[in-house]
Amino acid sequence: MIGLSILSFIMLQCSPIDPIAAYVGGDTSLTPEQRLALEEYWGLDRPASEQYLTWLSNLLRGDFGVSKIHRKPVVEIIKEKAVASAALMGISWLLSGVIGFILGVTAAVKKGKVLDRFIKWIAYVQASIPTFWLGLLLLIIFSVWLRWFPIGISVPIGVTSSEVTLWDRLHHLVLPALTLSILGIANVTLHTREKMIEVLSSEYIIFAKARGETTWQIIKNHGLRNVALPAITLHFAYFGELFGGSVLAEQVFSYPGLGSTLTDAGLKGDLPLLMGIVMISAVFVFAGNTIADLLNASINPRLKEGV
Amino acid sequence: MKDKQTVLKVDNLSISFTQYVKGLKTRNITPIKSLSIAIEAGEVLALVGASGSGKSLLAHAVLGILPGNATCGGTITYCGQPLTESSKARLRGKEISFIPQSVNYLDPLMRVADQVKIGLPRDNADSIQKDLFSRYGLKEKDGRLYPFELSGGMLRRVLFATSVRSGIKLVIADEPTPGIHPEALSAILNQLRKFADEGVAVMLITHDIVSALTISDKVTVLKNGSTVETTLAENFTDNGKKLQHPYTRSLWNALPQNSFFNYKGVSDWL
Repeated sequence: MIGLSILSFIMLQCSPIDPIAAYVGGDTSLTPEQRLALEEYWGLDRPASEQYLTWLSNLLRGDFGVSKIHRKPVVEIIKEKAVASAALMGISWLLSGVIGFILGVTAAVKKGKVLDRFIKWIAYVQASIPTFWLGLLLLIIFSVWLRWFPIGISVPIGVTSSEVTLWDRLHHLVLPALTLSILGIANVTLHTREKMIEVLSSEYIIFAKARGETTWQIIKNHGLRNVALPAITLHFAYFGELFGGSVLAEQVFSYPGLGSTLTDAGLKGDLPLLMGIVMISAVFVFAGNTIADLLNASINPRLKEGV
Repeated sequence: MKDKQTVLKVDNLSISFTQYVKGLKTRNITPIKSLSIAIEAGEVLALVGASGSGKSLLAHAVLGILPGNATCGGTITYCGQPLTESSKARLRGKEISFIPQSVNYLDPLMRVADQVKIGLPRDNADSIQKDLFSRYGLKEKDGRLYPFELSGGMLRRVLFATSVRSGIKLVIADEPTPGIHPEALSAILNQLRKFADEGVAVMLITHDIVSALTISDKVTVLKNGSTVETTLAENFTDNGKKLQHPYTRSLWNALPQNSFFNYKGVSDWL
């Protein structure tokens, strides 16, 4: 974590963006005196290492600092955006997991048949599509041509926040969530397919067949049991990619989540906000991997003994 | 047995596999060339032969669980009816049961009691499974364990329990005995004999000819995918002078208990 924070900090220092210029925007009336005053106010006149240590010691006391562009404490912004992002990522995560698993199992059972080749083909295409391009495509088709879904943001425009219904929020969530899940589906599909094929060629499946179990019984009794574990583990470990994907998807749909805020913070040189989000996402990815490990240990009887 | 009915008859069976060698070139290998056996109800037929003589393949062919690249020739008749892929699928686990040769044939992530329950009538699967466990000297709490938690001998008995179903007419046991201490060995063999005494046809695939003889009625000797000889078990005695084929005779005499005599041709078996 510390290594990550140092790295992000150094990268920000090297970035060509002048936080003050970004902050004032195009306002050219800024006098050099005002500029110096701002620099002093933000502590930008002090050496980088001192800035970092101040930030770190504040962080250890639970203080993430105040965002420069939003003029609000970083914690507050993250809390607000995280809810939106969590909804987006949670839905895509579940969707891609469930759909991917079903497709993967189906493909493996029909291995070599037309259906399998079709699913494989879809998965390869999905895996090679860039997120932002897919997002734009969906926007063009569903929002511009068909007008089924709104173009962006998480709530309707011109409506006060108290009037926003759950339906409105869901309606705005569909396209970003779809974009994000489509990428995950390919990942899960291909891994599940591979694992299922391996399981289906094992001796205990041959024996199950010899005992008169039908294909469906074999899948139900032995297949899912032996494939679910690696699939779930993999899917939790996929948290990291999911976060990366959400940055792009949120940007394309101007969805106000952590991802688009992060981009914003980066472009405007908002150091406290950027560092805050980076730290939170690192915790998030780390949590995903840890959950995967713990889950594996608690579900898999062969590992349970050791825990 | 009063009415000696031929349960399984295999005539001139051949099995070949198509393999890919170097890219798209294929070649055929034929591990089983001409194999014929017959088993009657109430009898134990021992199928002996060296590794690679096609014993297990025969079992897999009868059960219809050969891999997809295999093609079979010849005929297999079950109770007077030709055995087709669809009738195999219908009979597997109901009238024909299979005891595999390795404990890897158990699902590693399923409790053993649940594995024994597969294929049992749903209403009393529980009680039947408990019955079977006590019959094979397994404790009730063993049923809650996973295969990796049981010893090899216990797993053999679990595999055995999976094969016991009412309505079974043919049991195919593929090397059920290796790596088992003598006591468990005789228990397993006695159980197979008991199946036969109850009117079931038993095919015992093994290369342990001596222990197979203790329970078998007939012995079929295989070599390189062909039947060498089928003979009565009692003919394996006295230097094998009642045995017809020289290969069978040399097989018998090469055993350490007998003259340990190495005829020409048996050396490639040993």
